[in-house]
Amino acid sequence: MTTTPHLLLRHREIANLDQLEVYLQHGGFEAFKKVVTQMQPAQVIDEVKASGLRGRGGAGFPTGIKWSFLPNNLWPHYVVCNADESEPGTFKDREILEGNPFQLLEGVMIASYAVQANLAYIYLRGEFWQIAHRLDEKIAELEKAGFLGENLFGTPYSLQLRTHLGAGAYICGEETALLESLEGKLGQPRLRPPFPAVVGLYGKPTVINNVETLTNLPLILEKGAAWYKSMGTERSPGVKIFSLSGCVNRPGNYELPLGTTFRELIYTHGGGVPEGRQVRGIMPAGASSAIISITEDRLLDTPMDYESVAAIGSQLGSASVIVLDDSVDFAWLVSKTVNFFKHESCGKCTPCREGTFWMNRLAQRIINGRATPEDISLLETVANQIAGKCLCALGEFSVMAVTTGIRQFRSDFEHHVNGSGSTATGG
Amino acid sequence: MNQLLQKYPEEVQQILAKYPPEFKRSAVMPLLYLAQREANYVPRQALQDIAEILEISTTDVASIVGFYTLYYDEPGGRYRIQVCTDLPCALRGADRFLQELCERLGIEEGGTTPDGLFTVEAVKCLAACHRAPVFQVQGDGEIVYHENQSVELAMAWIEEVRARVAAKEDRS
Amino acid sequence: MPKEITLTIDGQTVSVPPGTLVVDAAKKIGIDIPVFCYHPKMEPVGMCRMCLVDIGRPMIDRASGQPVMDENGNPRIQFGPKLDTACTTPVTDGMVVITQSQKVASARKDVLEFLLTSHPLDCPICDKGGECPLQNLTMGYGPAESRFIFEEKMHLAKHVPLGELIYLDRERCIQCARCVRFENEIADDPVLGFSQRGRALQIVTFSQPGFDSIFSGNTTDICPVGALTTADFRFGARPWELKPAASLCNHCPVGCNLTVNVRREAAQGGKLVIKRVMPRQNENVNEIWLCDKGRFAYHYAESPNRLTRPMVRRGDELVTVSWEEALAAAADGIRSTGGELVALAGGRLPNEDLFTLRRLADTLGGKVLLSTCMGGGDLVSQVGLTPGSNLADLGKGDAILVIAADLHQQAPLWWLRLKAAAKRGASLIVAGARPTRLERFATRVIRYRYGEELDVIQQFLDGKFPEFSEAQNAVIFYGGEGMDMLGTSALAQACTGLLIQTGHFSRPNNGLVPVWLHANTQGAWELGIHPSGNLARNLAEAGTLYIVAADPAGDDPTLAEAMEKASFIIVQELFLTETARKAHVVFPAQAHFEREGTFTSGERRVQRFYPVIEPLPETRPDYAILAQLGEKLGLPLEGRAPALIFRDLATSVSSFRGLDYTRLAETAPQWPIVGRGDLYYGGTTYENREGLGCTLSAASQKEGWHPPATWAGRMPEHTFDLDRMNAEGLVWLVPVVRLYDHGTTVTPSTLLRERLARAEVSLHPATAERFNLKDGQPARLQLGGKEYSVPVRLDETLPEGAALIPRSCGLPVSSPHGVKLEPVIREIVS
Repeated sequence: MTTTPHLLLRHREIANLDQLEVYLQHGGFEAFKKVVTQMQPAQVIDEVKASGLRGRGGAGFPTGIKWSFLPNNLWPHYVVCNADESEPGTFKDREILEGNPFQLLEGVMIASYAVQANLAYIYLRGEFWQIAHRLDEKIAELEKAGFLGENLFGTPYSLQLRTHLGAGAYICGEETALLESLEGKLGQPRLRPPFPAVVGLYGKPTVINNVETLTNLPLILEKGAAWYKSMGTERSPGVKIFSLSGCVNRPGNYELPLGTTFRELIYTHGGGVPEGRQVRGIMPAGASSAIISITEDRLLDTPMDYESVAAIGSQLGSASVIVLDDSVDFAWLVSKTVNFFKHESCGKCTPCREGTFWMNRLAQRIINGRATPEDISLLETVANQIAGKCLCALGEFSVMAVTTGIRQFRSDFEHHVNGSGSTATGG
Repeated sequence: MNQLLQKYPEEVQQILAKYPPEFKRSAVMPLLYLAQREANYVPRQALQDIAEILEISTTDVASIVGFYTLYYDEPGGRYRIQVCTDLPCALRGADRFLQELCERLGIEEGGTTPDGLFTVEAVKCLAACHRAPVFQVQGDGEIVYHENQSVELAMAWIEEVRARVAAKEDRS
Repeated sequence: MPKEITLTIDGQTVSVPPGTLVVDAAKKIGIDIPVFCYHPKMEPVGMCRMCLVDIGRPMIDRASGQPVMDENGNPRIQFGPKLDTACTTPVTDGMVVITQSQKVASARKDVLEFLLTSHPLDCPICDKGGECPLQNLTMGYGPAESRFIFEEKMHLAKHVPLGELIYLDRERCIQCARCVRFENEIADDPVLGFSQRGRALQIVTFSQPGFDSIFSGNTTDICPVGALTTADFRFGARPWELKPAASLCNHCPVGCNLTVNVRREAAQGGKLVIKRVMPRQNENVNEIWLCDKGRFAYHYAESPNRLTRPMVRRGDELVTVSWEEALAAAADGIRSTGGELVALAGGRLPNEDLFTLRRLADTLGGKVLLSTCMGGGDLVSQVGLTPGSNLADLGKGDAILVIAADLHQQAPLWWLRLKAAAKRGASLIVAGARPTRLERFATRVIRYRYGEELDVIQQFLDGKFPEFSEAQNAVIFYGGEGMDMLGTSALAQACTGLLIQTGHFSRPNNGLVPVWLHANTQGAWELGIHPSGNLARNLAEAGTLYIVAADPAGDDPTLAEAMEKASFIIVQELFLTETARKAHVVFPAQAHFEREGTFTSGERRVQRFYPVIEPLPETRPDYAILAQLGEKLGLPLEGRAPALIFRDLATSVSSFRGLDYTRLAETAPQWPIVGRGDLYYGGTTYENREGLGCTLSAASQKEGWHPPATWAGRMPEHTFDLDRMNAEGLVWLVPVVRLYDHGTTVTPSTLLRERLARAEVSLHPATAERFNLKDGQPARLQLGGKEYSVPVRLDETLPEGAALIPRSCGLPVSSPHGVKLEPVIREIVS
């Protein structure tokens, strides 16, 4: 069953949770108040470390450890909330921002206190226009209510929040590209090292966390690390929102403990695949996934946690689970993912800039029936040529669906070049 | 004469106040949205105005316009209807939705209706994969989602907008 | 000194300072790691991925923090799963780098294949062919065939003028960002940027005019492909047809080193033609850069308007005659005026010619005056820069004062180098009456009013700026803006007093640097050629007036008038100037590109230039003309060759002692490595094989020297009071230098036409109002008895009470003076 009551998607049980009075009624900002008035910043970091919370944006890096990298001899510190949710198949952050915004804001505020930042930004993708404007209103309410501003709760701690809208660039979800964009420059990733924890926003130590990650914090600080660790698996504790989309009857967000199986997500919660269809493949991390070919039914029993999914040759990433049934032409699917990365490549490094363009040309030719069998091998070769050379993860992930798609579903590709054309597309 | 400052003096200040003054370059993105409000694209003059306010070069500002999908350096429809045709939406009929919508409006994909009101184009994932087909509308200075769409629903909305615009014009 | 780091590259051990990048460490031991986006003078970006190599580091045990050893007792080396970019990785102790392996070779081939997918097959018509890093590296490391289909290439615009000086071919661009980074980081002109993203990434410029940067030409040197080309050289020649010839730029006192490329052309009658001017590396002077004036303003040497025949006055006209006749006429003229010879020498004359002219005048009992409006060069000989000085060495703990000069317009490469010094931590103090571009990088800006220059120095003397007085090394750059001859001499004197008080002279990287208007003005001062306090009177009282490479009549109407009173006028020139028109004898001289010689820069570096093109028939070098004239007068003067003249010069002028042409031609290895074999690394700047030059020692370094009592502790008198001038209803008319003026050595380069400064008078709005002047409307002013109508430009950053006019733009103002301005009232004719 989904966690009931929900811990992150609490608005599903509590109506109008996006109103401040309602949020306060349900324990809102108690955690933040406790943190600011009763805890040292270092204690907050320790608690989050102990909880085992891992980044929910896709990288899965332990959050508390990330926070502890900020040096204490370089100021000011900043916190940035990454609300640039743009991975195809991902829509979990959006629901939090629309339904339970105060819990997210409280999470940002707790993180800010932990690293002693006095200014935090929420970077939202440009398409979240309405969400950003509503957040501005809510931030104003918090200022009025004394939860933001100078000398909070009578302590020396001051905090301000600001929203910042992106303008349609998936690459700005990459941490250093986000910082460049926030600084008013092109959203192209920086060289790492140095990492944002040391050289971040405006050259200062910065924490960047995903929306979902931050939304966990009020619960952890309220109920404790041990409580959080009691859910999920040992190495992937806590709850996760899984965005389920594609060939399922009930696409949507599902908040479940990490370690829940694919089968449970798809069939118990997602209403299964359309009548008469079978699951043929799963992309657990959106378009950046290594496609899991469901060659055996037992693969559906793979637990959805970072380690278990890696063990079967894929990644959990942001848990944007796209389900593909046997009506899907995987050559067509790859042409879609490749087109996405070509559109979103920032162009800074040669292999991604030229390689995604090339893969797109090849994939288009293949599904338009104008390719030769050699072109399929060439597409695979180009993908392998890109891998291991790129400046950032976008280029590296752009090849995942291509290599796993061709390796596991080659017949779909050959179908196009053998002259018969495609009978199956998305529909 | 800085036309942007002249037209929106308060808003410019509000935007600048969001960032540390020594890093005001950060304001280039919200200022571009402001400049785009009127005509749904960024006129050349606005590039210079913004450059002046932020003390950066016009080339720097133009560079930002070119990089991001949601800024336009050329005029288009008053409303940009942007349909997601990315993988998850495509698995639920988005490609066909876009094709049919364009046919109904009598334009090519990426084209603008003769009355100049609507440009229809394909875009990448809008984080609404569970409510496909979906499109967003960029225009009148805002971006609004239209989810769980069908061609009929979309056309109904289009006609509604057309009527509203016509009524306003009649009155003026 | 910080401990060096030792690492192994392809089995070779090398030790380098910490912070060195792997790519540079490899270069130092002759291992070439191919790069495109990396440039040794800019921050690395790791974009092109061409420099991927295998980097291993000693394994460290997590628990103990100790290196893990293998069975032989050597540190176990761990290589990463992926290759790393050599340009972004600093060296660490024990690092092992492999650049020769299958994996690395494969990576290089892959990157090149990627770069070539949409790259057009332009080699047969591309200017870069033959000196193209992409060509060379493809030959070295790339695939022989493309697997990309031609029809699928991305096509972009191909003949895009980025402004009228530089053309962009967007298809050829490999998005290395060198041009954007150069303009942002080094030139401080963020006028280039990328637009779009992914494969569509392309260079754009939105400045007005396009690519508005005086350093734009440098981007064509560092562009690794033929994407950026100059309008000057485009489709001009193939690099392998070109011969290099070493020369110097003679537009300003920096003395940038040039390599001029020439080609022999049948279309030009079989003579050598200059195809382009390129930088020649000299890390002591211009590094690997040139400003656009030095790069593009060379056409005057080949102008059809050059004087090619000697002329003699017959009645009202100048008629062409033979050399014999002209020399004889000149000699007669000199004899007839009984030796009251006044020679006026311009600052663009080489040392050898100045020396010969001085010899001639001395022997005849006459005098040589320097054509300049600034004083103080004799002080520079005493406390100027000394051997071992290099602006690149200035950094933290050092101080630089720039006063009364706009270096960006007057000496761009000094602007560039001082900006870099400030970035390295030097205290940069910029003092000026109006904002100039160097102020952005200044650690302190001093704003004063015209006339208060000495007060500024007084503040220094009073210890108000400890970053200067306590600096380890300190240099003062002084200019002449807003001051006449007396004013600049007083300023130079005050600066000298300051340097002596603070002990910043007579050792490397300390001293006084003059921002002259001409290239070899310092050379003239060093040779004892000084300006006059009252040039008009000298000209008027001259028996024979001998004017070499100067145009007093064109500069100043009062001087033109004074010249009328001289009995006999001889002019040696390149063009028929106003002055030449008044002459009785005109000798056609050679441009410096047509011969060899030396110049002395403002940093007191003597450098050689070599012949680039064959001299125009019938023209002769200045020194030869003087020697031949001397012969006619029975005076023995060396005139056979500049080397021989220089030998004499070096024995008679103490600061030149010990120098000769051989020493001046000495070179030393420089960093970064540039040019022919390494053009992908540093760019197509030419290696310097012809000489780095030598700095003169300063008089203050000689034993027994002590500063005259008149200098120490006593400020010279103020020469000017702005308030008093304004009270009399006058503005202080200040000529300011603009890089692209209408000088005779600039205007023949028609491609610079759009960038030439406009003749306009710039005023503060309050000042304009006092005179009833409006923006854009014409103002009337009287200069030397003539009336001029000049459009007004309002500028609120300018000081009140002054009016600025660009030099050499058709308005004869050489020194500042008070004028009345009136609006021009247009009569409406009905």
